[in-house]
Amino acid sequence: MDLSAINPVLLIASLMVAATAVMIAAIGELIVERAGVLNLGVEGMMITGAICGFAVAVQTGSPTAGFVAATIGGAALSLLFAFLTQFALANQVASGLALTLFGLGLSSLLGQGYQGIKPPATPRLDIPVLTDLPVVGRILFGHDLMVYVGLALVAAVWAFLKYSRAGLILRAVGENHDAAHALGYKVVRIRIMAIAFGGACAGLGGAYISLIRVPQWTEGMTAGIGWIALALVVFASWKPWRVLLGAYLFGGVTVLQLNLQAAGIAIPVEYLSMSPYIITIVVLVIMSADKSRAPASLGRIFHATS
Amino acid sequence: MKLTKRALMTGAAMALGLAATATGAMAQDKTKVGFVYVGPVGDGGWTYEHDKGRQAVEEHFGDQVETVFVESVPEGPDSERVMTQMALDGADLIFTTSFGYMDPTINVAAKFPDVKFEHATGYKTADNVSVYSARFYEGRAVQGTIAGHMTESNIIGYIGSYPIPEVIRGINSAYIHAKKVNPDVQFKIVWAFTWFDPAKEADAAKVLIEQGADVILQHTDSTAPQAAAQAAGNVYTFGQASDMAEYAPKPRISSIIDNWAPYYIARTQAVIDGTWTSTNTWDGIGPGMVGIGEITDAVPAEVKAEALALKDKLASGEYHAFTGPLKKQDGSDWLAEGETADDGTLAGMNFYVEGIEGDIPQ
Repeated sequence: MDLSAINPVLLIASLMVAATAVMIAAIGELIVERAGVLNLGVEGMMITGAICGFAVAVQTGSPTAGFVAATIGGAALSLLFAFLTQFALANQVASGLALTLFGLGLSSLLGQGYQGIKPPATPRLDIPVLTDLPVVGRILFGHDLMVYVGLALVAAVWAFLKYSRAGLILRAVGENHDAAHALGYKVVRIRIMAIAFGGACAGLGGAYISLIRVPQWTEGMTAGIGWIALALVVFASWKPWRVLLGAYLFGGVTVLQLNLQAAGIAIPVEYLSMSPYIITIVVLVIMSADKSRAPASLGRIFHATS
Repeated sequence: MKLTKRALMTGAAMALGLAATATGAMAQDKTKVGFVYVGPVGDGGWTYEHDKGRQAVEEHFGDQVETVFVESVPEGPDSERVMTQMALDGADLIFTTSFGYMDPTINVAAKFPDVKFEHATGYKTADNVSVYSARFYEGRAVQGTIAGHMTESNIIGYIGSYPIPEVIRGINSAYIHAKKVNPDVQFKIVWAFTWFDPAKEADAAKVLIEQGADVILQHTDSTAPQAAAQAAGNVYTFGQASDMAEYAPKPRISSIIDNWAPYYIARTQAVIDGTWTSTNTWDGIGPGMVGIGEITDAVPAEVKAEALALKDKLASGEYHAFTGPLKKQDGSDWLAEGETADDGTLAGMNFYVEGIEGDIPQ
């Protein structure tokens, strides 16, 4: 056993990387749920984004184009969900689950021929001086751009919900769609936009896995991250900054368990492997005391005539 | 054109009938060989090499043989279903290419006594089940030698898949030979509990690198650790199962290559000739089942020469990768001076040799 082998600076730095994908996907889902829609298809949209981003990045040689394609891919798939739930008035839970299964299948179809290929490298941010600062430099200024995009997204969503009129309308739609409708807001249109935003974020999170974190394409590579993102939204009781906290907690445990193993801590590997999920469950149980926070119209179907 | 339901159904029935006669006729003169793979054929490692063996069989026999394969088959009940389906579809010979297929293979083989089965890396045989494997640990000895010389931090990271004898043999062999050329060397071992999960393998590699490892050995099948090492910079890796030459000359400085083609062709020939019997094959560098990929220029010339000399000695049988004096991890004696390990002990190896830290997960 040798705990000193674990470098806390590197641990925090890699924790931020491990948390980014789930954080981006969760912040997108947060907007969807604040608009009163429960989209369980995050996993499907993530993996679709992962392959769309990967394929386009490989074809064009540009990671940026890949990330753009990933947002489009994720959003396109989410529009299918929007059509089912907002126009066909299908059950949101069933549609979301179907979306996940569909996304997994679609992605392995699209991914044929992309296995074992190297994507173009995404450069790491390297600001002279700042990145070389001890401790802080590596943690704050040494990441790829997407880590900062994720953080900016959380801040933007927070500001949007708290300070903007549009954010207020979105929340009104999520809390009471009948009242919002009576006030003249286009409930369906607002929800579709929220769903598309959630899909785009999920796609972006997926592409982060296939283009930066691994980087490689394999079937089913998101491996349940989408479900963690859904849990995170509840964990965060629909508040943006708590999503950040939850994502870092999850990322931290993921990275720490590998670190402990490499440092030779004699905890059975199986416990370490399941620890991130156990912690998520425990936190969910604790937070459930805070039930009243859920948007009141969450998961309810809206039709203007009813 | 108006298509009635009846017309469609008649058409379908005719097509079915045709197909049935066609396969019935073909089954008589064609030998059908099935392959069950644990990963996708594009993994660039283990499964990729098995599939190259399958393609070699097709090329060698041409129209005489028909091959089928199913990829990404999970170990366990699913694999049993896949094998049963292959046998029902008329396969004459089925290669099951992962350790975890061992019991399913034995189960299915009992139900289909006329079908020949070949299970890779296992140890259970039956009248119609052969086992075959390669002495990868000979390749690991060469890797260990290079790794011992190349490491500057004296920490070598090792990504294990499952704690089974084959993987443990590899760790021991690599460690013994790294230690021989560099007495200060230390192994850090992370168990991924998967053969193929790029995200997990990449994370494991990153963690090992963060903890000071500057040489990474992997016993998992994807190229993700290579990508992680490349991103990190001054880290060396070895191709696993396949050459992984797209990561040469750095980080990949050499590799172990599995070459199944000659074996697959020989066994298919045996089925065609009717001379197939249940065998237990375990070939190494000598017969060519284990290949050492090109050692790149990132390795100093004298290290390369030493590694190649070791490879030649292993190939000729002059030297055995497990030659005493060797002790087990707990300090008890295992092999006396000059004694070599017997195949029985190697096949069931479940202990580390002296000097490796940590426990094997049970």
